[in-house]
Amino acid sequence: MKKLLTATAATALMATTAMAGGHAKEVKLGIIFGFTGPIESLTPPMAAAAELAMKEATDSGLLLDAATVTPIRADSTCIDSGAATAAAERLITSDGVNGIVGGDCSGVTGAILSNVALPNGMVMISPSATSPALSTAEDNGLFFRTAPSDARQGVVMTEVLMEQGIKEVALTYTNNDYGKGLADSFQGAFEAAGGTVTISAAHEDGKADYSAEVGALAAAGGEKLVIAGYVDQGGSGVMRAALDSGAFDTFHFPDGMYGAKLEENFGSEIDGSTGQLPGTDSPGAASMISMGEAAGFDGTSSFVGESYDAAALIMLAMQAANSSAPGDYAGKVMDVANAPGEKIYPGELAKALQILKDGGEVDYVGATAVELIGGGESAGNYRQYEIKDGKITTVKFR
Amino acid sequence: MDFLNALVALSNFVLVPAIAYGSQLALGALGVTLIYGILRFSNFAHGDTMAFGAMVTVLVTWWMQSIGISFGPLPTALLALPFGILGTMALLLFTDRVVYKFYREQKAKPVILVIVSMGVMFIMNGLVRFIIGPGDQRFADGERFIISARDFKTMTGLKEGLAIKTTQGITVVVAVICVIALFWFLNRTRTGKSMRAYSDNEDLALLSGINPERVVMYTWLIVAALAATAGVLYGLDKSFKPFVYFQLLLPIFASAIVGGLGNPLGAIAGGFVIAFSEVTITYAWKKVAKYMLPESLEPSSLAQLLSTDYKFAVSFVILLIVLLFKPTGLFKGKAV
Repeated sequence: MKKLLTATAATALMATTAMAGGHAKEVKLGIIFGFTGPIESLTPPMAAAAELAMKEATDSGLLLDAATVTPIRADSTCIDSGAATAAAERLITSDGVNGIVGGDCSGVTGAILSNVALPNGMVMISPSATSPALSTAEDNGLFFRTAPSDARQGVVMTEVLMEQGIKEVALTYTNNDYGKGLADSFQGAFEAAGGTVTISAAHEDGKADYSAEVGALAAAGGEKLVIAGYVDQGGSGVMRAALDSGAFDTFHFPDGMYGAKLEENFGSEIDGSTGQLPGTDSPGAASMISMGEAAGFDGTSSFVGESYDAAALIMLAMQAANSSAPGDYAGKVMDVANAPGEKIYPGELAKALQILKDGGEVDYVGATAVELIGGGESAGNYRQYEIKDGKITTVKFR
Repeated sequence: MDFLNALVALSNFVLVPAIAYGSQLALGALGVTLIYGILRFSNFAHGDTMAFGAMVTVLVTWWMQSIGISFGPLPTALLALPFGILGTMALLLFTDRVVYKFYREQKAKPVILVIVSMGVMFIMNGLVRFIIGPGDQRFADGERFIISARDFKTMTGLKEGLAIKTTQGITVVVAVICVIALFWFLNRTRTGKSMRAYSDNEDLALLSGINPERVVMYTWLIVAALAATAGVLYGLDKSFKPFVYFQLLLPIFASAIVGGLGNPLGAIAGGFVIAFSEVTITYAWKKVAKYMLPESLEPSSLAQLLSTDYKFAVSFVILLIVLLFKPTGLFKGKAV
């Protein structure tokens, strides 16, 4: 026992010396993603991207007098709020992190925010939670996200349709949180803009027959049918039945309906249909991909750029506030993310840290053209496309 | 007041789809009801048997398409259907030999057979996914429409279009042929009569020298033909996706039970009752009402009795009511 104690003391001493030798403090950032569970295939590259940003800041030696940024991973499970809360609690109380990149799925993110982050005054930046409910959740200015809310997509959809002069649409959505949330936000935005949603009808995925839904949609009528569903699920079934019965010729597709199947299975039958999905033509996206390649992860995988941006924003805000205390730097996140200032792309964190150190301003663009609006969520960039001669053709980015 | 337009709108969105869907359900329910009547258990593997038959047909169809065989304006799948039926027959006789026969010799209770059929269901489920994968497969070809909505409008000058898909037409025609052939077989042939005798009273049938193994074999063969046909017709009309066949099991059972389990006529009636209830109760009558009523009476709302979310609830409420007041189903079947 005595030996063990001595050994422990000695190790502690050595560790302290080692740190003192670096002449710097350590900044710890928690990464809480669902490393197990439904999105376990997406999270490894997301975490790798966040860690890449941290390594970049550490290597630059410019962050807060050459601080070392140490990532600490925790498992949110994506679906189990209890487990996610416990993991976040551990990050804050036992690991003593200075900020959290995460959570990933909307449900657990909300749970961590209200149960752990708020009581402890911790800053959270989520790269992938898109539920509109998080926009209005109480966050005391501590919660941000680099992914756009689905509410935002509702607004973008409204703009796309209004620009085409379409004032009356029928709406069908897949009966789950994504479909219902998106349908509600779209209906709200579209009606506020002066349009009419003639009917909002749910459809179940993987069902035998959609005649009833199409019958109701056709009776209500509209210039286009908006399908807030999945292309490899009921969305295609509804579309097929609507085309065959002559109920609708053109459609509008939110992100869940985007896929190669549109060209394969429908092709020129749906010419003139439009849609949008998150996407950007910013140069940051391309450099993210090459950086990922160099670091050994897939830069094109979902929410990878958002994860890099989330970690980068936390560190830039720390630099701007010249403090790693969440209470100090939370207010700076919006400043570094938005104009005015020098535009910063992925891989340029050292440059940004230097500018901030010299008292300048930065406008972090990052991999996903980050622009934080409202309560601190990404404005979101969308690729608008149209089906022309059976091919998905990009119209523009917005 | 525009009676014609109202009629066309109603046909296009209610009558035609419901009749096609009803025929598909009826064919499926016939298979379920035959097994219940003769082999005396509810076969949960029926949906996946349909998927298997459709899968074999899809594969043969692809092969035929690749070597350039086609059926003119009709889908090639109809040519491939006999192969699908043969494949399904082989599969069902095989499962009967290795699984059901054992329990039959044990004189196992129906409830045990039901659980056994669930096991078979999962195996078939996996088998189909293993061979063709869980995704959507397209195999329909030929002329898509007997009459398309656009052509109908230009032809008649009406405001409403009426679309009848080739697959819908084929579904109804094939279903009618199948039903006639089945009834002829059950009522006129020696084997059919022995099957009915076996169904009515097993012991008496055995006493009068009917070979039970033959009856069982013929039942499986007929069920295989019905299941494969129903599966292919459904796949042609909608699309082929293994999971959907599994989902189809519920409305099929509802049809068979509403009509009266064990009664072939009931299965057909049940199929149409379920299909029409799903489509009509949730239909928004606004369009039809607009044509039928004077302007002052036009509804401003959708005139929809129930939102489409409830369409499955509707068929099961009907099922419950039938079971409460007529436990043997609309047509006299066996008590469930």
